[in-house]
Amino acid sequence: MVHLSADECKDVSAVFSKVNVDQLGGESLASLLIVYPWTRRHFKTFGNLSSTDAILHNAKVQAHGAKVLGAVRDALKHVANLGGHFAHLSDLHCQQLFVDPANFKLFAGIVSIRVGQTMRQAYTPHVQASFEKFLDAVTDALAKGYH
Amino acid sequence: ISAKMVLSAVDTTHVHTVLDHVKGHEDTYGAEALNRTFTSHPQTKTYFHGKDLAENSAYLHSHGKKVMSALVNASAHCDNIYGALDKLSDMHAHELMVDPANFPILAHNILVTLAIHLPQVLTPACHVSLDKFLCEVGDALTHKYR
Repeated sequence: MVHLSADECKDVSAVFSKVNVDQLGGESLASLLIVYPWTRRHFKTFGNLSSTDAILHNAKVQAHGAKVLGAVRDALKHVANLGGHFAHLSDLHCQQLFVDPANFKLFAGIVSIRVGQTMRQAYTPHVQASFEKFLDAVTDALAKGYH
Repeated sequence: ISAKMVLSAVDTTHVHTVLDHVKGHEDTYGAEALNRTFTSHPQTKTYFHGKDLAENSAYLHSHGKKVMSALVNASAHCDNIYGALDKLSDMHAHELMVDPANFPILAHNILVTLAIHLPQVLTPACHVSLDKFLCEVGDALTHKYR
């Protein structure tokens, strides 16, 4: 079980207050599909994902990315019990969506890089460490229900 | 060693675009990437026992410069990265023996550092090429391990 200190939670909160979550989420999902093309296997109903340009302008990708990152942001309120909080979503990703949890880690890595692009020097090494620790905790919780 | 062509001509162009911006900043960017690695993954410090790893230390800058300079050098040989890194590959296999799990960690922190300093340069298209390049570098440095 990952425990985030009060300071680490503050760092994470600060990141979410400084970024446009919808935009960051959409851009991160688009980047995921570009940087790791095999992740497109889960989005066959999203229309045109055949090129970098198509992905960057795909409204479904933007909307879904916003939804995913919004859920990550909301999870901060439940950091003491992320496993419980994500039980339903974990089950969904395992039983219905069949998503390899390795994908969650790929997405988390991209989110961190894009936060760096947005926050620049304000994304200090310590803030980065706190934020990535939180993302690790979220990805672990999402993988927890797999069987 | 036969060159493994994983980087396309487009990838090579993107790698050059990004690494051209690193030239002249090898020590700053290198030190920052290392510092971020040590801060978020403290276990990576086990390879640097006795060194001054404080943010902006002389050691971080000199070692960071070495790492980034090696990347800039490798980028000039995208068609033969294994060849370009042959001596460093020997060093990592026989002296340093850094666990292969650590190369993706450093690669990630190099990308975070570049995203912070070159936000407009690291477009998604450049990102994928640079990610491939850094994976290839990691493979080149660990392929003689066993």
